[in-house]
Amino acid sequence: MTQVVLNESLSQFSLLFVSSAMAFLALALVLFSFQLVKLSTAGDEIVAGKADRLSTSERAGFVMLWVATLVLGAGVVMRGIAAGRVPWANMYEFSISGAFLILLIYLTALKIRDLRFIATFISGFALVIIFAAVSLFYVEVQTVMPALQSYWLVIHVVVAIMATGFFSVAAGLHIFYLLKASGKAKALFDRFPTLVQMERVAYRFNVVGFVLWSFTLIAGAIWAERAWHRYWGWDTKEVWTFIIWVLYAGYLHAMATRGWTGKRAAWLGLVAFLSVIFNFTIVNLFFKGLHVYSGL
Amino acid sequence: MASSFLSKLSFWPRWFWRQLTSMRNALLLLLLLAIAAVPGSVYPQRSADPNGVAVFYDNEPELAAVLDSLQLFDVYTSVWFSAIYILLFVSLAGCVLPRTKIHYVALLAKPVQTPANLKRMPEYVTGTGNETVLDKALAVLKKRGFRVQKQEGSVSAEKGYAKETGNLLFHYALVGVLIAVGAGGGLSFSGQRVLVEGDTFVNNLASYDSFSPGALFDESQLEPFSLTLDEFDVVYDLANRANIGQPIDFIASITADLGDEIVTDEIRVNQPLAATGANVFLTGNGFAPVITVFDGEGNITFAGPVVFLPQDNNMTSLGVIKAPDAIPEQLGIIAFFYPTAEKLVSGAYTSIYPDPISPLLTMNVYTGDLGLDSGVPRNVYALDTTNMELIAGRDGKAPAIELEVGQSAELPGNMGSVRFDGLLRFASLDIAYNPGGIWVLVFALLALGSMSVSLMVPRRRVWVKVLEGGKIEYAALSRRDDPDLPNVLQDIVTEIEKES
Repeated sequence: MTQVVLNESLSQFSLLFVSSAMAFLALALVLFSFQLVKLSTAGDEIVAGKADRLSTSERAGFVMLWVATLVLGAGVVMRGIAAGRVPWANMYEFSISGAFLILLIYLTALKIRDLRFIATFISGFALVIIFAAVSLFYVEVQTVMPALQSYWLVIHVVVAIMATGFFSVAAGLHIFYLLKASGKAKALFDRFPTLVQMERVAYRFNVVGFVLWSFTLIAGAIWAERAWHRYWGWDTKEVWTFIIWVLYAGYLHAMATRGWTGKRAAWLGLVAFLSVIFNFTIVNLFFKGLHVYSGL
Repeated sequence: MASSFLSKLSFWPRWFWRQLTSMRNALLLLLLLAIAAVPGSVYPQRSADPNGVAVFYDNEPELAAVLDSLQLFDVYTSVWFSAIYILLFVSLAGCVLPRTKIHYVALLAKPVQTPANLKRMPEYVTGTGNETVLDKALAVLKKRGFRVQKQEGSVSAEKGYAKETGNLLFHYALVGVLIAVGAGGGLSFSGQRVLVEGDTFVNNLASYDSFSPGALFDESQLEPFSLTLDEFDVVYDLANRANIGQPIDFIASITADLGDEIVTDEIRVNQPLAATGANVFLTGNGFAPVITVFDGEGNITFAGPVVFLPQDNNMTSLGVIKAPDAIPEQLGIIAFFYPTAEKLVSGAYTSIYPDPISPLLTMNVYTGDLGLDSGVPRNVYALDTTNMELIAGRDGKAPAIELEVGQSAELPGNMGSVRFDGLLRFASLDIAYNPGGIWVLVFALLALGSMSVSLMVPRRRVWVKVLEGGKIEYAALSRRDDPDLPNVLQDIVTEIEKES
């Protein structure tokens, strides 16, 4: 391992960009919320006239979301350059890279499917992640310990982040599915896609996430075999990776089981996603294990 | 009478089997498995953290005994956890085997009979043409990978058998993973050895400090090879002020005699040595000061490097020396090593940097009975001072002995002397092998691949039917959610009509 000279001033610039991304996200969230209010109070004129046209506030919201994504992306890249390695070796870096990928996956998916209705969830969720990263998880840029000096850090972790990104979008869909299925705020939810459409899109995202998660699990085992001389040892992080895998496998089963689709499957997908969050926060911070890279 | 009795007798097993292999119960077993895995992350596990279990027992002995009786320190080998996954796999077999048979028949069969009423299919469009459309449909669908059959006035086509094939293969691959994990675990072994610079490890059972074999392990599995630790280096981050003292590389330079060849190589974290029938991993390191102990009569009663266990990030290290043959009394020493020593206000020392810049060795010296003759196995890293007297050290008659490299000191009361000859480093090595590992990987990748195919490939049926009066019906059906189906059918129709 050659000596890496950390660029601390660049890492300060990175922090500035990441923090500014929060402001843009907050603006986007306000604009999207405003749009939801407008939709729920609007009369028939929208339905009759220009239901499919983006309203001004929604369009402005997506401009803000794109700006937030680009600014955040610049911050993530600068952090990587400052550290002389991939920017996902501790909780802070994992969080900002994760938020960036979630936004990127959502904005890309938007080109294929109409997922505008979860824009509030996506911008709000990314905002929470970055806020937690900057206020709770922040660490100065560091050289990584020998255990993390492996190309598996690049593969294993980036795929884990991508899986989390797909699971996040699906979780947003589950939440709006359950809200719509509860029958409340009919005026608003009637303008959203049908329950069946929501369920199908959520399934798609969970399927991609599940395949990526399986890959993360296998890549992690290969790395563990090299670094810790066993491919699986029920380390706390391995346990939770396994639990999450089983829960999503359960969700996929539920989607093929009579009587378990719909609300039950949505709840199951949501529970699985909460385990992903639990794994990243509580397990990292409070459980003892070999994955001690949080740097806190 | 008899037959009704028999049918009653077979009712419950049948009922049980039907329950076990139902999708709903497979799902419940999956969720149960996830829940059952949770306690293993909450309580320390003997397999991953035996020390944590010992600490738990020390802190809360009563609770620990209760947890232990519920096998909560061995969750993943416990009766209840095993019961869940065995039931799950039985359920899996009971579900997948009949499906395999059905799928095999389907693979050999021709596409289904064209339904009488195509209007009821989820995708349905009409066009115009005559009987010749059917031949074009045959060609177009075949080119698109459909299995086709020309029927009376219609074409029936089906595609995406790989969906079910992948799904079945995925489940079989999981069984493969389970078997490989079990068999590999049985044949595996792992052992630890602490090696000081200059020392040689020979691969036989006696050379290991600790050894844990699998249930099916046989000593003859240990291939003969030897390995000498020539040098151990730690590289510290000196380029970044905030990270001074942070190790960025550990390098064990070794010479290995693999039988047919002698190789020099480096073992690092993440970079094990592949020896014959075993991999050698670097798991820890520390200092081994070379110390000579003379007794009251001037005899050398101990000489050589002593492995000191690191206590903190700056490598303050603790070591124990036992000299049972010393005259007039047995000698025991608890020693601290500070690579870069600094004296605190209290008079105690601490290390402020992990590399040896101003190394210092301090010793508390005891005389009396080491307790080695009682036949009870003793930990080499601990000194039992119950029957010993402190002759030099804090709170002792004389102050603790302090030595820099090359210095020696007399012990009080003509009990002998000690000398700090030099400083070496040691490496903790794990020597491990699991022949099942590669098979676990093969089956896991097979599972991943077949699962991806199964989840991504749609199973589609397409029909083309000629009605009287030159009307053509096109219809499509997909087994699962398939948002692309309308576009796919439209493409097929366009292509067929273009050919016409």
